[in-house]
Amino acid sequence: MTLPGFSQTSAAFCLLLIFLVPLASAGLALINTGLGRSRSAAHALLASLFVVAIAAIVHVMWGFSLEGFVGRPGHFLVAGGKTWNWVAKEPFFLRGVEFDGSPVSLSMLLQMFSVALAALIPLSAGADRWRLGASCVSTVLLAGIAYPLFAHWVWGGGWLAQLGVNYGLGRGFVDGGGASCIQVVGGLTALSIAWILGPRRGKYSHDGMPAAIPGHHAVFVLFGCLLAWVGWMGLNSAGAILFAGVEPARVVLVAINTTLSAGSAALVAAVITRRRFGRPDATLTANGWMAGLVASSASGAFVKPAAAILIAVIAAAVTLLAIEGFEFWLAVDDPGGAISVHAVSGIWGLVAVALFADVGNRGGKSGQWLAQLVGIASLLGFVLPLTYGLNWLLNRFYPQRVDLEGERQGMDLYELGAGAYPEFVVHSDEFIQR
Amino acid sequence: MKLAGFLLLLAGWVIVLSSLALLHSAPAQTAFVLAGIAVELLGLALVVRAHLVLGEARE
Repeated sequence: MTLPGFSQTSAAFCLLLIFLVPLASAGLALINTGLGRSRSAAHALLASLFVVAIAAIVHVMWGFSLEGFVGRPGHFLVAGGKTWNWVAKEPFFLRGVEFDGSPVSLSMLLQMFSVALAALIPLSAGADRWRLGASCVSTVLLAGIAYPLFAHWVWGGGWLAQLGVNYGLGRGFVDGGGASCIQVVGGLTALSIAWILGPRRGKYSHDGMPAAIPGHHAVFVLFGCLLAWVGWMGLNSAGAILFAGVEPARVVLVAINTTLSAGSAALVAAVITRRRFGRPDATLTANGWMAGLVASSASGAFVKPAAAILIAVIAAAVTLLAIEGFEFWLAVDDPGGAISVHAVSGIWGLVAVALFADVGNRGGKSGQWLAQLVGIASLLGFVLPLTYGLNWLLNRFYPQRVDLEGERQGMDLYELGAGAYPEFVVHSDEFIQR
Repeated sequence: MKLAGFLLLLAGWVIVLSSLALLHSAPAQTAFVLAGIAVELLGLALVVRAHLVLGEARE
């Protein structure tokens, strides 16, 4: 399979962009760690390493064989006289892939990094109470079943991508940078994990009021945002070239929109928190930055910079509202705000494609609207029950939550036998004004 | 309640898929896709409610 106008130079350029993507994972791992407690910091980063390793191995073993690429073999179902491409039919262990810089091989590499990024998202929702072994097995389920299926539908020439060809719905479901298959799939898995694990001890009082449990390292969180920005530029750009057929020269626009999105969303989050609490809140501003990046993923290659700013402004406001809603009204303890940042902002990004993007529609704007809605309905109606069901089953056989003593000691001491900061002692007199 | 919620989520998705496969006019497809999403939102509300009740029981 070759993409039109995809030369060796394009392949080399695309490869460089793909090499930036692990920085998004590094950023997310730092953010997850910083937003958790200090007594679980080493555990959080070690879990990130394990999750990335397992996601990559599962992707190579059978993930890519379910995921495939446009124009490659697949399993089809005929309904209403149209073919529905449900799942790819590639050999296991990448035996059908030539490592020659072709779009298929580049797609395989990008998706290996993408699935790792998606698998890191639930770690944030399970912080301070998710057992290391359980998070590893849960990653196998995400990387081996939920992610490849949905990624095939969107990026592998599956039925969602074909909605335009089969039913005249715009250009089909459009998601250049993985807002759906990476961010929303990861975010909905995070929601499933938060529900299954339940809140941390002491998070909610008997009358249901949440206690603030601040993250332990704002510097990790904010530096993680900067790393994620670079990674996201690679992700959005490479995704747009490989999966949305965007010309390599157009990545300039993708990078501009990605940066504008992150910046605008962070500024809006800072303004909102300043108005609400009197001072800008560093961690919520970081959440705003990430929400901007997530919202830019679907539409970054197809909107003008002014629209990117508007999308990000709304993403930040919606994300902050969702963070508060999940914590106060729905009693979902999500220490890193992963559900709001990745699932809610990702869904908004997918809607924004229909609102603002110029994707060269067949069937007009209404067709594109319908395609995006069908994609969102598939995320809510298929991915959420699937990830919840799989993790619920896992929890029946292998309890995912650490026991009470583990939560009291902290995950570092309980599961790893040593803390992340063994020489770090807080002296109460450091807080006395002199 | 939780199981009913997840079944409604799946049912909503099936309505969306069926509308694409069975209906041919754009207004009818749109109406059924929106109906499917409404069923999904109802299912989501049930699942959320079920977890709120579970949380209260844990207390």
